[in-house]
Amino acid sequence: MKIILVAEYRDGKLLASFNELMDFADKMGGESAMFLVGDDNDLPKYSGTLYLADAGIYGEYNPDAHKQLILDLVEKEQADMVVFCHSSYGWDLAPRVAFALKAAQVSEVVEIVDGVPVVPVCNAKLRRDVQIKTKQSVVTLQAGAFGLPEEPAGTPTVQKVEADLVGRVEFTGYEQPESGGVDLGKARIVVSAGRGIGKPENVEMIANLAQALGGEYGASRPVVDSEWVEHNRQVGTTGQTVAPKLYVACGISGAIQHLAGMKKSEFIVAVNTDKDAPISEAADVLVVADLKEFVPLLTEKIQSL
Amino acid sequence: MKILVCIKRVPDMESKFKVDAGGTWYEKTDLAWRMNEYDEYAVEQAVQLKEQEEGADLTVLCIGGDQVKETMKKALAMGCDRGAHIADDNSSSKEPFEIAGIIAEYAKDKGFDLVFTGMQSQDRGSAQVGILVAELLDIPGISTIVDFVYSEGEVKVKRELEGGVKACVTVQAPLVVTCQLGLNTPRYPTLPNIMKAKKKELLSLPVEDLLKVDSRQETAKMYFPEKKGGGLILEGDAPELVDKLIQILKEKTAVLA
Repeated sequence: MKIILVAEYRDGKLLASFNELMDFADKMGGESAMFLVGDDNDLPKYSGTLYLADAGIYGEYNPDAHKQLILDLVEKEQADMVVFCHSSYGWDLAPRVAFALKAAQVSEVVEIVDGVPVVPVCNAKLRRDVQIKTKQSVVTLQAGAFGLPEEPAGTPTVQKVEADLVGRVEFTGYEQPESGGVDLGKARIVVSAGRGIGKPENVEMIANLAQALGGEYGASRPVVDSEWVEHNRQVGTTGQTVAPKLYVACGISGAIQHLAGMKKSEFIVAVNTDKDAPISEAADVLVVADLKEFVPLLTEKIQSL
Repeated sequence: MKILVCIKRVPDMESKFKVDAGGTWYEKTDLAWRMNEYDEYAVEQAVQLKEQEEGADLTVLCIGGDQVKETMKKALAMGCDRGAHIADDNSSSKEPFEIAGIIAEYAKDKGFDLVFTGMQSQDRGSAQVGILVAELLDIPGISTIVDFVYSEGEVKVKRELEGGVKACVTVQAPLVVTCQLGLNTPRYPTLPNIMKAKKKELLSLPVEDLLKVDSRQETAKMYFPEKKGGGLILEGDAPELVDKLIQILKEKTAVLA
């Protein structure tokens, strides 16, 4: 088994997720090589061959060119599998590579059991074992599902790679999230509102509990998309990552993207009417209750302590 | 201008799921169904573009059994002009490459300037179909957009990256875009538009005529994940639950000190 690991680079920096790719390669066994469109000055700590294309030439988002560089490498290495992170870079590029290779693509792999990739279904309520029918395959890894226990310390053997510069899309720059606002990452306690709060008026209830606890309030993505809470309070992959002493998830089902942003909290309480909600997996305590009744009572009691 | 929007009918994710008798998908009875959330943003963006471009024609496509026509009617009521229903009672067992193959086979030679779809489905969640359709049609495809502006054949989009960063991209039509949550605010169909939608064209085409690619993967088994969390579950009356939780917070955390 020969595996190509596709590392990521953004805004002039290598992303730490290369370590998840390395853990996956260790678990699969066999040989691996890493590929990166990046820069000499920021290399992954990977003990193996790193095929490096210059981000100054091939850009940080140029799927046509990145695809061609990877295809050349698959051919050269006679690779059996190409591995990406299931990220905005990976899920955009992986299907293009799979298509060109006439290979199956398995998305968002959470684990490998006896060589079989396992993926989530229906917001992680269910799982599927996937049987690949093609000789070569492409997989994307769920963020955080893999990862070496310790920071790797290797030095790669760098081989520069080039390809014809093709590209039908023009990347014109990044737009940073609005700065300022609330730094939830610094809060000792975060109380978050999910879709289960039902209506925008109930945000206040969550904010009150946060205040009673001396913390900040946050929200899951659907609540932010509905504009009930501003984006700078969003917890999850596309918002902030938090690790407070106490995280209270109110009416949050626990989509993977949300869990990735809060699962390192020291103590997690979930308030939900659905005992099977994926948040229950992450929670130290699951309170099965209607939050509209429970949260105000809890707030009142805490205020009276 | 010709626009295509591809949608999927999915169960409400809050549903109680069961594994079906075959053991490779979820049981489809006793579920509440709706339009895939990501596709609602795709329909809204497609309708906005149609409203912007005089004379534009917007087709909504959906693959599945007769039931999916209900979901298509919502898209028609939101403003799509016509429906292409790809009749397939086994659509849930088809993998992303087959679904993309069916869509591309339908779309080829029809000269669509823009193809919209969701960045993923809520049930299977592969995030592959839109990009695969672009590859099959040999046109650019851009995933995960949260901003879309069209002007005289040029499209400016913003892709959503991790941490709230956006990547600005310019590209020429024709192309495929896959839509992320928050791209716009999907409209609620009004009653007059619901009535009008009933008279719109909704043609069914047999999937056999459009499926020309072979599957590259299968589901060997579907199951519930093992409960790993040793978390405590508290049930009962709210006042009693409040007392129990406060006791636990006092014992296990320092936050109430």
